[in-house]
Amino acid sequence: MNAHPEILRLLAFLAGLIIFAALNAAYLVWLERKVCGHIQRRIGPKEVGPFGLLQPLADGIKLMTKQVLVPPQVDPVLFRLAPALVLIPAIMSFVVIPFSANLVAREINIGLLLVFAFASVNVLGLLLGGWGSANKYAVISAARCVSQNVAYEIPMLITVITMVMITGTMNLNEIVLQQPDISQWYVFRFTASPLMPVAFLVFFICSLAETNRAPFDLGEAESELIAGFHTEYSGMGFGLFFMGEYANIVIGASLATVLFLGGWQSPVSFIPGGWWWFLAKVYFLIFTIMWIRWTYPRTTLWGLLNLSWKVLIPISLLNLLVTGGMLKLMPLIFGAG
Amino acid sequence: MGTYFKDLFGGTWSLIVGLAITIKYFFYPVVTVQYPRATLKMPPRFRGHIDLVADPGTGAPKCVVCGMCQRGCPSGCITLSGEKPEGAKKKILTSYQLDFTHCSLCGLCVESCNFGAIDFSKEYNLAGPSREAYVFDLLTRLKERTTNVDNDA
Repeated sequence: MNAHPEILRLLAFLAGLIIFAALNAAYLVWLERKVCGHIQRRIGPKEVGPFGLLQPLADGIKLMTKQVLVPPQVDPVLFRLAPALVLIPAIMSFVVIPFSANLVAREINIGLLLVFAFASVNVLGLLLGGWGSANKYAVISAARCVSQNVAYEIPMLITVITMVMITGTMNLNEIVLQQPDISQWYVFRFTASPLMPVAFLVFFICSLAETNRAPFDLGEAESELIAGFHTEYSGMGFGLFFMGEYANIVIGASLATVLFLGGWQSPVSFIPGGWWWFLAKVYFLIFTIMWIRWTYPRTTLWGLLNLSWKVLIPISLLNLLVTGGMLKLMPLIFGAG
Repeated sequence: MGTYFKDLFGGTWSLIVGLAITIKYFFYPVVTVQYPRATLKMPPRFRGHIDLVADPGTGAPKCVVCGMCQRGCPSGCITLSGEKPEGAKKKILTSYQLDFTHCSLCGLCVESCNFGAIDFSKEYNLAGPSREAYVFDLLTRLKERTTNVDNDA
């Protein structure tokens, strides 16, 4: 009966991460509806269970019992594969996210790279879903998603390169360990670069765009493109797209937390850090993402690309130069310490 | 180059102002009325279908069965009848039917009444399964209202 502890650990984390992703997808939808409601001075879901807390369960049962329609013209393989291609990379990215000092599925020395590698597979899922649907709205949406992701991956990766230059590691847990209290958080690490808060902002905006969130939700602009790339999906195919979307939001917020906000470290050194700090920061960022969604109207496609090419890329390049300069200059000024 | 930075900072500031407004509204109390469970009180000038007005002294309808409302109604919604009992001075209303299916709520009946005997009700929950449900017997409604004092429709 003695299973290998490594296999047990693997299974435990696999189950844990899938449950975490599923619960997040379910309850972030609930939170989204609540936040949206209150911003518009409504109540939001309230009928199913106390405060509408059982609403996700009802929605889940509804989605699972619905027929998964496969229209006759679609590409049968791509159409069925795409939802999984969106969801699986998102769940895979959770593998390297450090929830606390020890609560990491697998600590990898190139964890940051792994997350971005999987994030680019996610775009492929959207593209294939849109393409395979044999629907003009879905194809337009897929094209938009790809151009948007290409445009926003550049400033995001430049910012990440800046961060890697400063931290000297791509291991996410080590990055967290370098930020023991709020003055050491990389958002406020002005000794590394005076533009750190701007870098955080650039990263945050890019993660909004990468996850196709409003105001950059051109991919599923319902007023123009029905539902974008998931126009033809019903039942759990649609459900998987949604789970993938929310899992990506959690990943984006987690990365921002790890890189800039000290991960699971407590903001003050006398209170111990732990997974609760990590989750508090992540959900604060997710709340901000929702707050942004219900504040701004959708951008136009050219507005979206202008923001990336004319504003975010120059700023992130400037930050890269400044950081590089500071890295070389600081030891010269303060001695090689 | 000047306009670039002006747009950048001006735009960022306007975005922050927008966020400030929505977060303020987030913490405001909700204004939703849980409709079937809670209803709004209609304002005094709300014009529902007409209702008979009772004489505050006797509780009987103020109507003297002159028929002005019936004649004034452009859609012919109102049918009323009355009788004069032996020895009485005035006619007494015996039936007052309002066919609400044709009523356009113009209010000419209320205006033509010289005795203040009809008034707009505050009724707006008027979903029904058949046309017949909209032929109201206003005399019965008045009796129900006078026996059930708490009912402020």
